[in-house]
Amino acid sequence: MPQTKRVRRGTKKSVISVRNLVKNYNAVQAVRDISFDVYEGEIFGLLGPNGAGKTTTLEIIETLRAPTAGDVTVMGISVQKEPARIKPLIGVQLQQSGFYPSLTLVETLRLFSDLYNTTINPIEILGEVGLVEKARAKVNQLSGGQKQRFSIATALVNKPKVIFLDEPSTGLDPKARRDLWELIRQIRARGTTVILTTHYMDEAETLCDRVAVIDLGKIIALDSPDHLIDKLVASGYKRPKVTKQATLEDVFLDLTGKEFEKDEK
Amino acid sequence: MKSKPNQLRALGGIIRASLIATYRNPSSLVFGLIFPMIFIVIFGFLGNEAAPAKLAVRADTHTDNPIYTALKDIKAVELKTDLAEEKINEDLSKGNLDASIRITAEEVLVPAGGLPRGAPIQQMPARFKVELTTSKASPQNGEILRSIVDNISGKINLAAAQIQTPLVETAFAETEGRRFSSIDFILPGQLGFSLLNIGVFATVFTFLTLKQTLVIKRFFTTPVKKITIIAGEAISRLLFSLIQAAIIIAIGYYGFHYTLIHGWATFGQLMVLVALGLIVFLGFGLVISSIAKDERSASPLANILTIPQFLLAGTFFPIEMFPQWLQPIGKVLPLTFLNDSLRKVAFEGQTLVAVAPEIGWLALWGVGIYVLTMLVFKWE
Repeated sequence: MPQTKRVRRGTKKSVISVRNLVKNYNAVQAVRDISFDVYEGEIFGLLGPNGAGKTTTLEIIETLRAPTAGDVTVMGISVQKEPARIKPLIGVQLQQSGFYPSLTLVETLRLFSDLYNTTINPIEILGEVGLVEKARAKVNQLSGGQKQRFSIATALVNKPKVIFLDEPSTGLDPKARRDLWELIRQIRARGTTVILTTHYMDEAETLCDRVAVIDLGKIIALDSPDHLIDKLVASGYKRPKVTKQATLEDVFLDLTGKEFEKDEK
Repeated sequence: MKSKPNQLRALGGIIRASLIATYRNPSSLVFGLIFPMIFIVIFGFLGNEAAPAKLAVRADTHTDNPIYTALKDIKAVELKTDLAEEKINEDLSKGNLDASIRITAEEVLVPAGGLPRGAPIQQMPARFKVELTTSKASPQNGEILRSIVDNISGKINLAAAQIQTPLVETAFAETEGRRFSSIDFILPGQLGFSLLNIGVFATVFTFLTLKQTLVIKRFFTTPVKKITIIAGEAISRLLFSLIQAAIIIAIGYYGFHYTLIHGWATFGQLMVLVALGLIVFLGFGLVISSIAKDERSASPLANILTIPQFLLAGTFFPIEMFPQWLQPIGKVLPLTFLNDSLRKVAFEGQTLVAVAPEIGWLALWGVGIYVLTMLVFKWE
């Protein structure tokens, strides 16, 4: 992997701490006794199949849902006791848009700066996500990839310490995904901690410093992607078939323009 | 740590965003104007006067006589001539005609002392027989026609008897009064009804959309408070509704002579009542949008709240026209209090202080509904 991992072992500072988290919806146990930490400045991935409890876990940390049991803190602040103190510190991107469809991008960013009581330059923020030329467009006129990047732009309005991205690349074409990864790396480079959910293992492998694999509401693995792969290989696992020199995705990217390696720097 | 976020700025932001969104998508507002306008136009043109009673003149009627002349001059009577006998009988039994009349001249009576020299034969006093046939299908107008004919013949008989001092002397007088036209009843009702519609339907669908597009959920991840979100949406709706109400009143005033007894002062007081009414109705909308999962479950709930009020709150007919057992229900509905206070202020010229009881009851509904709103309002 060309990307250097930034886990500073020994000096790592926990930004999000989840201890014995349980969430029940009536009879359904969505989250069953989960514990993990997210460290400052890392990109942390929550992986798992649909319905595994990823989004529920994320929404509890985002103060949107109350946990049934357990302790969750963000920057040392309890989500149960002081959610109002956490909200100004975090940026959230939901699975779907969450904006007035008929407002322009600039108007929407102004709205969020009012909600957070911050002063922003909307054009500057749009520049960060590559949407300056769409400043006067309405939210419902954006493409899928543009929508996701704009959604991240609104999450940056309050200069958050932690940013939450729920399936940010779902439904995007390969090029749009790579643009998004680049954006996420830029956000992390500024010192913002990123926690995201994804179904795509290639995304987790290239983007995340550490991942937690969740299944049926439980964490079944928690480590860096490299370590998880090493462990599997050490257990004697061999791929059933040697892969080709290139994939169809490589072909697609080659045909449609920008190449991944160039993009990455 | 940053100081607590200022909710006022957030409120301003939400109001602005909501106003822009409504302005760019004004269908709900147009909808809120069209129905009241249709009703106002229909009832405005119907005007004041009751429809005249229809009196069919039978073919063999003698028309050159004082009775027929008097009937022709009465506005409340519309004479229908040239109708065939069978047609008259059929329409009478159906109630399409209120009565039929046949006047026959029976014989010429030469008064004592002979005719004035040179008088045309037509002017000679005659003895007339009037046959009035009324219909059971139209008892009220039949009764009116009967007394009109009675009255005319009575006067002629009196004159013929040459009575100088009648036993009963009648004197009629009319008190000066403001003309209460149907627009004065209909317009406040329509104003109230359009407020109820906007308050309930527009609010329900706005909030359901905001929930489904996750706008509210996204708001909940920011430091903005629940009450700020509700207030922001409510205020933007209120601003649009005041404009709408002003348009309805202006059309009523300039187009249909709607009475604004003290001019601008009355208009201002109506606006205060409009605002209060809308705030209360918004509460109903907010509660429904909290309880209902989607449009399909919201529609029946919204209709349950609006249609009975529409019918029972004196929007089209005075509450007194309903059966006795139904009236108490009609009298406690929030729309009734709004309609009553609007009518009293606009037509009777009462002040807001004078309609304090209505305002008080309306406000009580408001308090109750907003307590409920705060309890049930959710982002999903």
